[in-house]
Amino acid sequence: MKVAVCIKQVPETPTLEIDPQTNTLIRARGKMIINPFDMYALEEGIRLKEQYGGQATAISMGPPEAQEALREAIAFGIDNAIILSDPILDDCDTLATSYVLAKAIDKLGQPDIIICGRQTTDGDTGQVAPQLAEWLGLPFASYVSKIEEVREGRMRLQRMVDSGHQVIEMPLPAVISVVKEINLPRLPSLRGLMQSKKAPIPTWSARDLAVDASKVGLVGSATKVKMVFFPQREGGSELLQGSPESQVDQLLEKLREAKVI
Amino acid sequence: MEYFLNEQQKTIKSLARRIAEERILPARAELDEKEEFPWEIIKALADADMFRVFIAEEYEGLGGGCFDLCLVIEELSRACGGIAISYAADALGCLPLIHHGTEEQKEKYLPDVASGARLTAFALTESTAGSDASKIRTSATLEGSHYLLNGTKQFITNGGEAEIYTVIAMTDPAKGSRGSSAFVVEKNTLGFSFGKKEKKMGIRSSATRELVFRDCRIPQENLIGREGQGFIIAVRMIDRSRPGVAAQAVGIAQGALEAAVDYARQRVQFDHPISSFQAVQHMLANMATELEAARALVYAVAKTVDSGAKDYAEEAAMAKVFASDVAMKVTEDAMQIFGGVGYMRDYPVEKMMRDAKITQIYEGTNQVLRNAIALEVLKRKARRE
Amino acid sequence: MKSEVWIFAEQQDSKIKSVAYELVSEGRKLANGLGAALCAVCLGHQVQGIEQLIPYGADKVYLLDDPALADHDEDIYTRTLADLVRRYKPEIILAGATSLGQSFIPRVAALLQTGLAANCTSLEIDPESKILLQTRPAYGGSLMATMICPEKRPQMSTIRPHVFKRHRVDESRQGQIVHVDFDKGSVTSRTKVIQMIDDLTGKVKLEEADIIVCGGRGLGAAENFRIVTELAEVLGAALGSSRPPVDDGWIPYSHQIGQTGKTVSPKVYFACGISGAPQHLAGMQTSDVVVAINEDPRAPIFEVATYGIVGDLFKVVPLLITKLRQARA
Repeated sequence: MKVAVCIKQVPETPTLEIDPQTNTLIRARGKMIINPFDMYALEEGIRLKEQYGGQATAISMGPPEAQEALREAIAFGIDNAIILSDPILDDCDTLATSYVLAKAIDKLGQPDIIICGRQTTDGDTGQVAPQLAEWLGLPFASYVSKIEEVREGRMRLQRMVDSGHQVIEMPLPAVISVVKEINLPRLPSLRGLMQSKKAPIPTWSARDLAVDASKVGLVGSATKVKMVFFPQREGGSELLQGSPESQVDQLLEKLREAKVI
Repeated sequence: MEYFLNEQQKTIKSLARRIAEERILPARAELDEKEEFPWEIIKALADADMFRVFIAEEYEGLGGGCFDLCLVIEELSRACGGIAISYAADALGCLPLIHHGTEEQKEKYLPDVASGARLTAFALTESTAGSDASKIRTSATLEGSHYLLNGTKQFITNGGEAEIYTVIAMTDPAKGSRGSSAFVVEKNTLGFSFGKKEKKMGIRSSATRELVFRDCRIPQENLIGREGQGFIIAVRMIDRSRPGVAAQAVGIAQGALEAAVDYARQRVQFDHPISSFQAVQHMLANMATELEAARALVYAVAKTVDSGAKDYAEEAAMAKVFASDVAMKVTEDAMQIFGGVGYMRDYPVEKMMRDAKITQIYEGTNQVLRNAIALEVLKRKARRE
Repeated sequence: MKSEVWIFAEQQDSKIKSVAYELVSEGRKLANGLGAALCAVCLGHQVQGIEQLIPYGADKVYLLDDPALADHDEDIYTRTLADLVRRYKPEIILAGATSLGQSFIPRVAALLQTGLAANCTSLEIDPESKILLQTRPAYGGSLMATMICPEKRPQMSTIRPHVFKRHRVDESRQGQIVHVDFDKGSVTSRTKVIQMIDDLTGKVKLEEADIIVCGGRGLGAAENFRIVTELAEVLGAALGSSRPPVDDGWIPYSHQIGQTGKTVSPKVYFACGISGAPQHLAGMQTSDVVVAINEDPRAPIFEVATYGIVGDLFKVVPLLITKLRQARA
């Protein structure tokens, strides 16, 4: 069984700065971590390989610093990791990102199962996994909360939908995105951490991936960010003064006026 | 303060902290309330290779020393002293095998300890023999190719949960303290059972039980070292593990200090956070200073142990005495800073105080240890004259 | 040919979902800004209430009716919608960011090689360029980004339920229902649904709740959660928690709101005894109205609160409960 897990390195608690002239985001700073949802994807990938035998590979598209995230993945038990990094891959939207990931998956040699986390905490779109499936022409299931069984080239799993749970079956190879309910990610082991420090993490450039330059970067992105801004709370923040009784009365009056209760 | 950890030590410490924060913190209150042994956390520690820290590489360990062990114990204790002692007692339980076991014994037992598959416990104390360990009555009589164990051990940490026990028993009562020997006894051996589980004031998630031996037959190969070496092994092994208990005290105190600081910053009285009152600030300053002094002493002793020093009994005793007294003071002061809510069981600080107390008592009461330290100090002076 | 703005009218069990009406109301404004027709697209089988979309503002409803479309087969939906787009070439498509929408709409966008902005909180037509300006939250809502899809078509957006309001119905509006043939043979479905299990919790689901009452560390103890539970009951609200109470075992993880819990966007969010750490804000800051009750005036929660009460929640919340009950009586 060959499993591929797509992960992204994101800032833990980003300090966001906006360039006042261009209204664009100056790179969000902060301690970088593996996107929380991707932890569940990694854990599931490792469990699948432990249960069915085989290999689990982690890939990430990002700047060279993203290697740290891949190193951490190895400490958890991922067998090998590859970083997709190249200046021309900067500023990809989800369509371009999923295209690059698809090229990497092709180069890996068609894994049986490709796992992504539900969404990232920076982009928050949740679009990469389904778009990746479409680029690869593979079946896709979102919000997977449990992989019940993998047998004879088919996978049975549970997914969460608005109204409840579905049990579905799909042929492999396939792409899935997972939710937190699927597992409890393990902690890294000491031996894993020590091994990961020495593990080689190859870099695949745009050339290695044989990407079509018109499909990546700003050029290849269908959507562009026109501007960013900090959310303004409507009406601003109002501290209600007075005794608790008075504060409560004021609050109820305002909530009723706004017709929210 | 900088303790100059190498890469491996930094990795060990940060992983131990992570386990403490992600797994122990959410579970500690319930485990304490229900007095339940923390098996899930033991499993998490095992999966993370934490038990390999104190086992040599030849036996599937990572070959860490006393310093590394203290790093782990301190981090776990910061979250919960009860869970930390279950881990620390496991390290003590296999020390006799590590330092005095035969190659066969080490190969038989240590890999399972390293993987966390089996826990260990060390058994010396009896109802008649606490500080006065020479008064143990558990006997081990050689009959043919077996020893027959009879007697009862008291207050054994990990008792009932561990599968491998290192037990000190009298093989030759006539010889007094030179008449005891060390043995390894496995759980489920016929004649080996457990007494009641103690209901304790603190470290309640740790399992403390009596070990009951009634004509318990163990093979001759289960003797550790030579007959008559029991006490010397016990004394040396306890000396060696004493910094670990001191590290437990440091960790408990650290957790209490942090909780007190957090609380003081957000508790507003008289229109100010109480952290702005000098009375509170001075308490915090004293707590922080004494804690750091304790920590520095513990790790200095740990380094001494790891340097191969032959004799560190006095230093180990100092670390344990000082750190445990500091832990008691810090946890008491932390509760004082919390005020009324600190007395409530829904806040973590009363548990920390309950957990800290035992560190002044076990692994040598602080009174007995002060005797020992004084004797060493006087001996040194006497030698110089 | 008049250009078209489309909304995907999701149906569930042959009933049009509420979000569809919200999208029609919003889509109407966009269509007006472009001088375009507003069309709803519905895939299903024997769907009831299609005509209702017209009084809400639709000019046309493209209806595809087939048993194969009854369930939300994403392979079929993806290809069918993409085929429709290629045939009728709409300018804009809006869809609800439901579990279905979030799963298959990105696939449609990829298939059509066009752009998609997810979870938009506001949409408008740029008066000069006539391009759709799609504003959406990023970084857990700490940052808003206005996106555009300058060249590719259609411009696609998903919108969470309850973000837009449905407007009053104009019963006199005229419109047409266009029955489009569905060619079953053209699409293969690879995924098989074996079982559908409905959630029977009975209580209000966090992600769908209009009102949420959330408790934090300031509650002090597990049993004090009953204070916020009671407030939730009186308001008919869902109950949430920040992370510390969950970590301390006061309330199950399923109630946790924040970066490692659920993300919610209700009409009103009551934060009781919550300091407002960034990880918690990430889960709730797109709420319409935030009411914060905390005794620490410097708590970060007050920066995102619409209304803040600096005070003892053990006094304020019971008063709130009493007065709400009085008003009921």
